[in-house]
Amino acid sequence: MNAFKTLSVAMLKGFLRDKVTLFFTFLFPLMFLVIFGLILRDVGADKTRIAVVGDGPIVSALRDSGALELEPYNDESSAVQKVKDGDLPAALIVRGQQLDVRFAQSDQVKSATVLGIINGFVDKANLAATGQPPTFTFAAEKVEDASLKPIQYLTPGILSWGVAVSAVFGSALTLVSWRRKQVLRRIRLAPVSTGSVLSSRILVSAGVALVQGVTFIGIASLPVFGLKLSGQWWLAIPLLLLGTVAFFALGMLVGAFAKTEEAASAAANIVVLPMAFLSGTFFPVDQAPAWLQTVSKIFPLRHMNDGMLDVLVRGKGIEALAMPAAILVGFSLVVGFVASRVFKWEE
Amino acid sequence: MTEERSAVVVRDIRKSYGELKAVDGVSFTVAEGEFFGILGPNGAGKTTTLEIVEGLRKPDSGEVRLLGESPWPRNVKLLPRIGVQLQATSFFDKLTAKEQLQTFGSLYGVSHGTAADMLELVGLADKANEQENKLSGGQRQRLSIACALVHDPDIVFLDEPTAALDPQARRNLWDVLRAIQERGKTIVYTTHYLDEAEILCDRVAIMDTGRILALDPPAVLVRGLDAPTHVTLQKGVLSVVDASALEGVDEAHEDEVSLTLSTRRPAPVLSALAERGALDGLQVRTATLEDVFLNLTGREYRA
Repeated sequence: MNAFKTLSVAMLKGFLRDKVTLFFTFLFPLMFLVIFGLILRDVGADKTRIAVVGDGPIVSALRDSGALELEPYNDESSAVQKVKDGDLPAALIVRGQQLDVRFAQSDQVKSATVLGIINGFVDKANLAATGQPPTFTFAAEKVEDASLKPIQYLTPGILSWGVAVSAVFGSALTLVSWRRKQVLRRIRLAPVSTGSVLSSRILVSAGVALVQGVTFIGIASLPVFGLKLSGQWWLAIPLLLLGTVAFFALGMLVGAFAKTEEAASAAANIVVLPMAFLSGTFFPVDQAPAWLQTVSKIFPLRHMNDGMLDVLVRGKGIEALAMPAAILVGFSLVVGFVASRVFKWEE
Repeated sequence: MTEERSAVVVRDIRKSYGELKAVDGVSFTVAEGEFFGILGPNGAGKTTTLEIVEGLRKPDSGEVRLLGESPWPRNVKLLPRIGVQLQATSFFDKLTAKEQLQTFGSLYGVSHGTAADMLELVGLADKANEQENKLSGGQRQRLSIACALVHDPDIVFLDEPTAALDPQARRNLWDVLRAIQERGKTIVYTTHYLDEAEILCDRVAIMDTGRILALDPPAVLVRGLDAPTHVTLQKGVLSVVDASALEGVDEAHEDEVSLTLSTRRPAPVLSALAERGALDGLQVRTATLEDVFLNLTGREYRA
């Protein structure tokens, strides 16, 4: 029986039978995804609704533009009552060529927005009516900007974090527990290469990362959360694998120093938690102060996050992988080398 | 015993940790098929000696040959021929007894079928599908021995296999150890149970403070002591005065329940007792390795 294959199977079974590990690998990150996804679902999502009485070319133009959401009313008094009650910021009353807007004073920003939009449509209609070509023109085009809907940045962020956590903890705890229980010594006494032991453990971590990817993205894509993947989402697969190797190396480094599982767990947390917060797991890092953004660039998780965002939701192509991939590979090599230098077979 | 036929040859190995001389000039040879015991109290240097012999540690000086090969540095050619039992917790997480054996076996390229044979050998066939952490201490110990044997090695090293087991589990394990020897394996094992070494081993090395104090078959060691044999009888079958008068009796004394005679010539004493029909509650206790240890070190043996 091939040692690599049997070891991989043994480690996979060990992983699947450990409920605590399963919890922290799948349910724990998913809890964050679900909770933040639900809390932040409506942020910035709604268009402004106003009441409308009557109809005409300007109302049609407004409706077609989608700039405002229009709620039709049959009579003026009930529409104005809505504004008075504070349910709607403004009511548009159309009397032939005459458009009246009654707006609430309480929310001046919203009212100004509504007035500005309606005014713009009226001006445009007036200009069209004169038959003159406009002196100034402007064109508006939608841009998929950095300020994504929460679920769009939460999913790649929490996925990267979940992969980092399970790879760091997986390798650090396995290493420490094997050293403490003398499984490492037992392996050293068998005619098997360190390479097959290490690679079988990495294989299990990589498989876990892919299952995490499928689960997290699958759940975030449910209508209640509404994740929209962009075209080349599958480019996330190489990133997941490279990230696994990088964080596995980090876990080996942690495991080389820690003497007990408890110490390894604490050390891994100290490494992973600040990195997660500063790398944009729970909020978009480009909303953070500039110095923090600079600091966050030292973390491999930040670059993995950036890459994930680019290919999963920003619709970027393979060129977006270059930078994160290079950094993750470099990080793996450097940290892996240091870890192999400080590695200890025995306590 | 020529060295070509020796499974293990150890020549004057030394190992110090700072000021502490853990192993201080140890030499011994173990013949093929021999059951060799290294015994002594905790801290005597047994485990360090064993680790050097297994090739896990480099001695500061001295030489080790296993089946004619040096175990240090890691000798991949030699590894399949030696089996090492580690502490009772050296298992993969969450695997069943059978899976542990299959996994360890795969490290040596052994087929999965061997696992069942090994479980049979150590009497765990009915626990094949139990996870390792659900087994009792004795069962785990037996499983770890099975893991050391799974690749059919020529030499088996066992480090305190019976430590921390209850008497019944220890006796079960003795049967396993004897079965292994019957398969023609060379067994080198450490223990701090003197009585056990006396029963199991062909030869024992008694270690203390990093040195071998004595090395011989247990019976030879005990005989060499010239220690008196104690014959115990039920109180009242014979008076102390009569007992002291028997031929060969050096000393007799009585307590609340029994009469004890010390003798260096037990044969005439026993026949005299038999003649008188005074054998009620007879017990004969000869010197043990504990007495040997006491004699060698001048202190009481404490495991």
